[in-house]
Amino acid sequence: MSRVNRATTAQSLSVSLTVGAYGIAFGAASVAAGFTVLQSCLLSLLTFTGASQFAVVGVLGAGGSAISGIATASLLGVRNTLYGLRMAPVLQVKGLRRIFAAQITIDESTGVALSQEHLGVKAARQGFWLTGIGVFIFWNIFTLAGALGAQAMGNPAAWGLDAAVPAAFLGLLWPRLVNKTDRLLAVAACALALAMTPYFVPGVPIISTALLALIFGLRANLWR
Amino acid sequence: MEINNFDPLWLAVIGTSLMAFVLKYLGQSVPKSWLSHPRILKINSLIPIALLSALVAVQSFTKESRLIADQRMAGVAVAVVALILRAPFPVIVLSAAATSAALFHIQ
Repeated sequence: MSRVNRATTAQSLSVSLTVGAYGIAFGAASVAAGFTVLQSCLLSLLTFTGASQFAVVGVLGAGGSAISGIATASLLGVRNTLYGLRMAPVLQVKGLRRIFAAQITIDESTGVALSQEHLGVKAARQGFWLTGIGVFIFWNIFTLAGALGAQAMGNPAAWGLDAAVPAAFLGLLWPRLVNKTDRLLAVAACALALAMTPYFVPGVPIISTALLALIFGLRANLWR
Repeated sequence: MEINNFDPLWLAVIGTSLMAFVLKYLGQSVPKSWLSHPRILKINSLIPIALLSALVAVQSFTKESRLIADQRMAGVAVAVVALILRAPFPVIVLSAAATSAALFHIQ
């Protein structure tokens, strides 16, 4: 990295720090859901994609099975496949470097890379690697801090952690509610999940709402 | 079955991590024409909305498969207000936690 574009570096660093700090919320949520500090840290190191991590601890914390947790998390991870499709021709990497690139292919690294594309392919690559590695470092440090903090707290409800977790999900969800279809889907998904809760094993009501996304997606296409 | 003897939390950690990596690696490796159909892109952008909404609802209003309204509801309501006021992420989470914790101790 002889000549790193300064604007790209600045953006990568600020995104890394801001997003990495969300790791506190994840670490705390994970421990509050019953995972150990080690398991929480491994999720951040190995899974390393925020929404999927929150989902798996959310489903297991609500009493869901490992399978429904994995399935829900994986549905949320499909977008990283799409990011990879977009990034592969920019990155042009093979072998071990492709494995590293794949692991840090997330919302933020892809987002910064695409925002730097107008400065050329080199800036896009720098944005991808700097942001991916930066978020990876901070996300993992803050996960450990959040997990240790929650462990020291004892009863999660006494500290309001039981409300902080859904509030953190809301923070992830809110910016995605761009148009009427999005908001309608959000309300429908809440209603379906709550209606199913008394009658199905935990986890199933959550993953069932993916069907709503399918239906809404197909209909939205017909309208256009 | 062997899998039943395995701690569900560890199974979830390993399974989620494996799936997450496979999904990421797949994108770096398959031809671009795959999965880039507009309908698939649209559905993919809607899936997080549905799942995250369901998670918010279940974590705010249920306990052990029962519908319930407790201090969490108030905390999440405060988070909604914070979001409407465009508060930064830490404020959203902390205001929800403070509200819920205060009601928990009053009860």
